[in-house]
Amino acid sequence: MHIACRSWTCLALSLALAGRPDAAPQSTLDEEEARIVHALNRLAHGPRPGDVEAVRTMGLAAWIDRQLRPEDIRDDALASRLDGIETVALSSAELMEGYAPSREARREIQKRRAELGGNPSQEDERKARRELMRKYRGDMKGLPRQVVEELQAAKVLRAVYSERQLDEVLVDFWLNHFNVFADKGAGRFLIGAYERDVIRPHAWGRFEDLLKATAESPAMLFYLDNWLSVDPEAASRLGERRNTGKRSRIGGRGLSGRRRPARERMAESDAPPPQGRGRRRGLNENYAREIMELHTLGVDGGYTQKDVTEVARCFTGWTVRGLRDSKPEFTFDGRVHDRGDKVVLGRRIEAGGKDEADRVIHMLASHPSTARFVSYKLARRFVADEPPPALVDRAAATFRSTDGDIRAVVDAIVRSAEFAAPEARAAKVKTPFELVVSAVRASGAEVTDARDLARRVAGMGMPLYLQQAPTGYKETAEAWVSTSGLLARLNFALDLAAGKVSGVRMDLDALAGAGRDPASALAARLVPAGLSESTKETLAGEDGLDSARVAGLILGSPEFQRR
Amino acid sequence: MFTRRFVLKSSGLALVSFGAVPAVLARALGAAKGARRKKTLVVVFQRGACDGLNTVIPYGEEPYRRLRPTIAIPAPRGGSREAALDLDGFFGLHPALHPLLPLWKEGSLAAVQAVGSPDPTRSHFDAQDFMESGTPGRKSTEDGWLNRHLQDDPDPGATPFRGVSMTPALPRILAGRVPAVAMASIREFGLRPAAGGAAAREFEEMYREPVRDVLHGAGRGTFEAVRFLRQADPTRYRPAAGVEYPRGRYGDSLMQIAQLVKADVGLEVAFTETGGWDHHAGEGGVQGQLAGRLRELGQGLAAFHRHLGDRMGDVVVVTLTEFGRTVRENGNRGTDHGHASVSLVLGGGVRGGRVAGRWPGLAADRLHEARDLAVTTDFRDLLGEVLDRHMGARDLGAVFPGHAATPSRFPGVMRS
Repeated sequence: MHIACRSWTCLALSLALAGRPDAAPQSTLDEEEARIVHALNRLAHGPRPGDVEAVRTMGLAAWIDRQLRPEDIRDDALASRLDGIETVALSSAELMEGYAPSREARREIQKRRAELGGNPSQEDERKARRELMRKYRGDMKGLPRQVVEELQAAKVLRAVYSERQLDEVLVDFWLNHFNVFADKGAGRFLIGAYERDVIRPHAWGRFEDLLKATAESPAMLFYLDNWLSVDPEAASRLGERRNTGKRSRIGGRGLSGRRRPARERMAESDAPPPQGRGRRRGLNENYAREIMELHTLGVDGGYTQKDVTEVARCFTGWTVRGLRDSKPEFTFDGRVHDRGDKVVLGRRIEAGGKDEADRVIHMLASHPSTARFVSYKLARRFVADEPPPALVDRAAATFRSTDGDIRAVVDAIVRSAEFAAPEARAAKVKTPFELVVSAVRASGAEVTDARDLARRVAGMGMPLYLQQAPTGYKETAEAWVSTSGLLARLNFALDLAAGKVSGVRMDLDALAGAGRDPASALAARLVPAGLSESTKETLAGEDGLDSARVAGLILGSPEFQRR
Repeated sequence: MFTRRFVLKSSGLALVSFGAVPAVLARALGAAKGARRKKTLVVVFQRGACDGLNTVIPYGEEPYRRLRPTIAIPAPRGGSREAALDLDGFFGLHPALHPLLPLWKEGSLAAVQAVGSPDPTRSHFDAQDFMESGTPGRKSTEDGWLNRHLQDDPDPGATPFRGVSMTPALPRILAGRVPAVAMASIREFGLRPAAGGAAAREFEEMYREPVRDVLHGAGRGTFEAVRFLRQADPTRYRPAAGVEYPRGRYGDSLMQIAQLVKADVGLEVAFTETGGWDHHAGEGGVQGQLAGRLRELGQGLAAFHRHLGDRMGDVVVVTLTEFGRTVRENGNRGTDHGHASVSLVLGGGVRGGRVAGRWPGLAADRLHEARDLAVTTDFRDLLGEVLDRHMGARDLGAVFPGHAATPSRFPGVMRS
């Protein structure tokens, strides 16, 4: 794991200065406008036509104030766009009931595959599956795939249309920080609720509350396997109870028997698991490691392998019940909890059931390494790939003095001199998601169906909700500017401008206006901060370009890849 | 009309350099004279967990037939394709793999039985992840072992095509610091003609600016790579008549990997994948679902071998799958997630014609968790041997951190 916290001690303004073009874009903006464009690029998903003027009228400071209090911003237009998406408001339980194939359906699918026999091509198998799906579709509201596609589409729509732009940026940040993965079995039914009910309500609150909410979320417990983690001694303990005639509710042969573990099948299929049967018979350290390495202290934050094991012991019994009955919820199962005392980060944690891990969460959330690590990541997101150490220091101090008040830390960063400094402007390379969303916003395009846009983001290597590694997606430039990645960006720019992205309508003529120089007008609209001489020359050298081609070239230009 | 307010193009510099030989190509040409030809490792990932016991069949084991009443492959019967094809008197090849038998006999194909990951997970997701990161049990590793191999052997004169994945997105196994290329096909590696003509030239001009930043660097590299590939024109290396790749993505991508090798684009590690190995129900025996997948697998490898001809001497292909399947067939005439499986190793320098790896046996007390074939060869030792003996890897510890892939643990698939 290489979260760049190692480099927080690195020299100051190696900043993103090193990553900036020497030849600064030629801008006709005054300083105020340049600051506004910068804020719209960092605290929002890029400017839309008219945004710069609107923020100017309001005043930049007032606009930032407002964005820091998203709960006071009405967002009706977005709400009505999301209303059209069937699954986004549903609970995990409703999704499992409506969009996971029933057991009978799955059984028949398997049977059918068996009957196909011979040498069925994948084509045939797919056809058969489609047929069966048609048969069972009556019982289902939709296919599992729909759930993820709609999640992705909704994320794109929010980023494009929400008035609470900074809220969307911050929710995306936390979702990436506390990454979970939609393609691991039941994960796809848990992740929507995770974003909506766990991340979003805590995005601006105390870090500890956010951390605790993720720790108790079925999505995280499932993704990082803590739901399977049990005290290895629990098996014999429960066995003894069974021998004394007291039947364990945990299920006949589950912990100690030789029964084939069923959990691995449910971890892969869309099927909920047979609850309580065949759980893994031991400690699972995955979550314990990641909560320290990725969520709080950082890889160099001062913990040992022994701490990982001890934290894992504290978290035994933190599990998910009801996956099988489509009612997934967090529960603490004291029967499989490790009953011994533990020592975490040098502190003794006396045996105390669920409370042990609650104490661990508190310790981690209030640890100085966490203040620094989280502040570093926020500064990296908002300011530069290698944020100025002085800024990180101040943000971390704010974190500590406010007991991890996220709003205060974000405030300290986005109102800092470092944020507003000219060196910070255009210093970040857009991720594929940021590129796609900012292109749609810049062009004022109307999105009626965001699924193709989401597919384009995926095609650039950033499938939304589908980052399988718990590290989340990288937020630094070098991760996103590979050869194949750049080709995908350029092709997207051309396709978008040429009207070849489905569900997106673009009116370039309106955007260019009726002036005598539509190309310059397009450039000014799409890249308010200004194009470089090189890009202007390129455009100038081509006579008779149509507006789609000009727009495509601008959206694919090096300037548009930055924010 | 768009030109008026823009600064006029000031020189013909850009045009002049369009005619020049791309720097990568020049480097590659320079490297090709004199320097040794690069070796290539091709990894074929069978996603879904292939049933190794019905691929390289331990027909000599009594429990094999007993535990698989409906899906066992019959013991060899004089080369009949209704039964296993004998390999060594104990193991037999699934008859659907018959195109591979000549390669076995000539000694360029080996198998490693009971290969797998020490991590006990039976999750496809986790097990594939571990096999690609090369760090079983550790989820937060960010790069893949194929990329780490390239990192371990830095080559400033390398082409952009040291590492290529014939997949739409870069897989975990190739992710990392060394730039690698993912492409669905050679043909699609370029800019789409849009809005009435190719925009490549305009974009190239924009990214040509001598600006020292990561974007412009990538931009220049990208256009060089596109042009390099166009000039190398790998697709002209069409397979000869009679060399037939199976239809579909897997066959196509193997063919294109062969073309990249023949076109000398500097390919060192290549990746492709094949899906559909997760046969929980109706797996079939001599015929059936698994047979269909194996037919495609074997046909592809055999075609690749013939297509490359003597260039196969520079290439080793390894198949990987995340885990094997239960020894006992389940109630649906299929198999469930197990532990160890089998890898095939094909190519130059391979000590072929033998089943390598220690056979743990199928007796009840020999099974992993009383149900699965035990892992006796850590996949990192197999890959370590290939990297060491074929690719000349310098530091296996850097490729597989936390694992001592020492020669004493190599399964012995390569001639030393």
